[in-house]
Amino acid sequence: MKPQSFLSQNRSALWFLLSLTVFALIVTVLSDAMGNGMISTSFVKTLGKTLCLMLVAIAMDVVWGYTGILSLGHMAFFGLGGYMIGMWLMYARTEIIVTESLRAAAIPPTPQEIHDSVGTQIFGVVGSSEFPAIWLFAHSFWLQIAMVVLVPGVLALVFGWLAFRSRVTGVYLSILTQAMTLALSLYLFQNEAGLRGNNGLSGLQNLPGLEDLPQATLSLAFFWASAVALGAGYVLFAWVVSGKMGSVIRGIRDNESRVRFLGYHVESYKLFVFTLTGIVAGIAGALYYPQAGIINPNEVAPIASIYLAVWVAIGGRGRLYGAALGAALVSLLSSWFTSGGAPDIPLGFYTLHWTDWWLVLLGVSFVAVTLLAPKGIGGLFDLLGHRHPVPERVGDFGPDKGARRTVEGEEER
Amino acid sequence: MKTLLEMSGVSVSFDGFKAINNLSFRIGEPELRAIIGPNGAGKTTFMDIITGKTRPDSGTVVYGEKSISLLKMSESEIATVGVGRKFQKPTVFEAQTVRENLAMALKNKRGPFDVLLYRKTQAGARRIGELAETIGLTDALPRIAGELSHGQKQWLEIGMLLAQDPRLLLVDEPAAGMTPAEREHTTDLLKRAAQKHAVVVVEHDMEFIRRLDCRVTVLCEGSVLAEGSLDHVTSNPEVIEVYLGR
Repeated sequence: MKPQSFLSQNRSALWFLLSLTVFALIVTVLSDAMGNGMISTSFVKTLGKTLCLMLVAIAMDVVWGYTGILSLGHMAFFGLGGYMIGMWLMYARTEIIVTESLRAAAIPPTPQEIHDSVGTQIFGVVGSSEFPAIWLFAHSFWLQIAMVVLVPGVLALVFGWLAFRSRVTGVYLSILTQAMTLALSLYLFQNEAGLRGNNGLSGLQNLPGLEDLPQATLSLAFFWASAVALGAGYVLFAWVVSGKMGSVIRGIRDNESRVRFLGYHVESYKLFVFTLTGIVAGIAGALYYPQAGIINPNEVAPIASIYLAVWVAIGGRGRLYGAALGAALVSLLSSWFTSGGAPDIPLGFYTLHWTDWWLVLLGVSFVAVTLLAPKGIGGLFDLLGHRHPVPERVGDFGPDKGARRTVEGEEER
Repeated sequence: MKTLLEMSGVSVSFDGFKAINNLSFRIGEPELRAIIGPNGAGKTTFMDIITGKTRPDSGTVVYGEKSISLLKMSESEIATVGVGRKFQKPTVFEAQTVRENLAMALKNKRGPFDVLLYRKTQAGARRIGELAETIGLTDALPRIAGELSHGQKQWLEIGMLLAQDPRLLLVDEPAAGMTPAEREHTTDLLKRAAQKHAVVVVEHDMEFIRRLDCRVTVLCEGSVLAEGSLDHVTSNPEVIEVYLGR
């Protein structure tokens, strides 16, 4: 066997990286920051956010399309990543503002006074001035960056361990992940949770210490950071799902008890995939929310994770570029339709306002793709040839079955 | 001949129905053993207990030189100590190629990080080549397993069993859906495996059992009815009763 490089064995990863680079360069050249102005700063932000959504979508594809776990919790990990970076952004920026304003005072403020004053500024909106314990590391950029990885990672690890150990599978597992997401979102809505309740964290688009930098430049920097993260994430996941690991996790998707009888500890594999994708989702969120500027508990609500599943289903499960394309296309279309970009359609007796009807269109597309084109948008690439004509997966493509089995929890005889 | 697996006093019931009733069974290494019995005799449940899929209500199952109890181990742990199983209905990974199926079964470390960092080796490729030749699927290696015929899937499953290099092979109806020539080949394979290892074959086909030429255990209503050579058990009036009396 000839040794081959990873990229030559994974052509789609190579093409994806090339397209991503070309796209990023085009956006850069046309952006405001380069003085060209064909792409507005706000649109650069939208594109940067889209790249983050593509990253969480490929993570979702690995956990759902490859391993067969329909997780309705990955946007919760995404949101947690956003909260973690948001805590530092808010703390550090408020600290700068407070220090500025206290400098004029006759007696220089002590560090404790500054700290208390920052607390009053941040938590005044929920009628408090005390820092909750979870803000312990918020003053330190690096500690809080560690939290971006640790908090979603540990949550995914603990939740996954409990769920997989009990051998909960299929639609029951989906319900369980959704319950986790809902519980987290409801908890964050409470002021006592220490993350400003339904106000969420705001002003995240202003980077502490970089106030002089125009948003045009900042947005482009975040756009590039998102692009690099997406590229790295794509290569990471392409590596995970290729080779023997990919073989085992696809085996788990199609018949997990058979994999068990081959001697693989299925629960460890699920936990590995669930945790790794949870961490990547957290990182994607940490890049997304500074571009969005604000995060509140609504972003963590179960509906967000359901949208994520819809993107991946429309894009095509079981192939990374499909999930990435699905997320990009649907989320961009979504913002076009809901922001009033799409022209209303007068039908004479009734005018179709897309702001009202977009969700209906999305729902119909989801059902249509699931029934008529289960391979999704990614399936179009099969038409280009090269690929094996046989479907990636034989048998049931229904959305609620992770593994191929006749009765839940039973192995086929 | 050392004892490899010993079951004693094993009982299991599903909703009051006694699928296995005070069953005792032992097999040595090397040994070839055939298990026959009417439908519902508990043949598949017997395999389920050994492989850890079903937990018995009472009794013991000990395995190997150290006499470890299989009852406390998970399915994957039991498989890694050397118990391999071929299912009645071929259950290969239909969305993957024949090569991938064999590679997954190949004896290697099974932890997630071992698998993630696994690199293909010359030895592994050679072993897959040998196995493919043994099961007559050399040309089919790059094909998707779902495209194979029923008989070929049976072969692939047997290949996956051999790839695990188990010490105890549990083979459920290996000859189903095979041509006479293929059956003969299967018999040879099983006999060859039984020169070194313990092989338990569950089969309905008496002709096939006769060709295996080994000790036969007759199961009926969850316990051992008779044991001995095929001629011995088929002349047993109780065995004739359960087979013809139905």
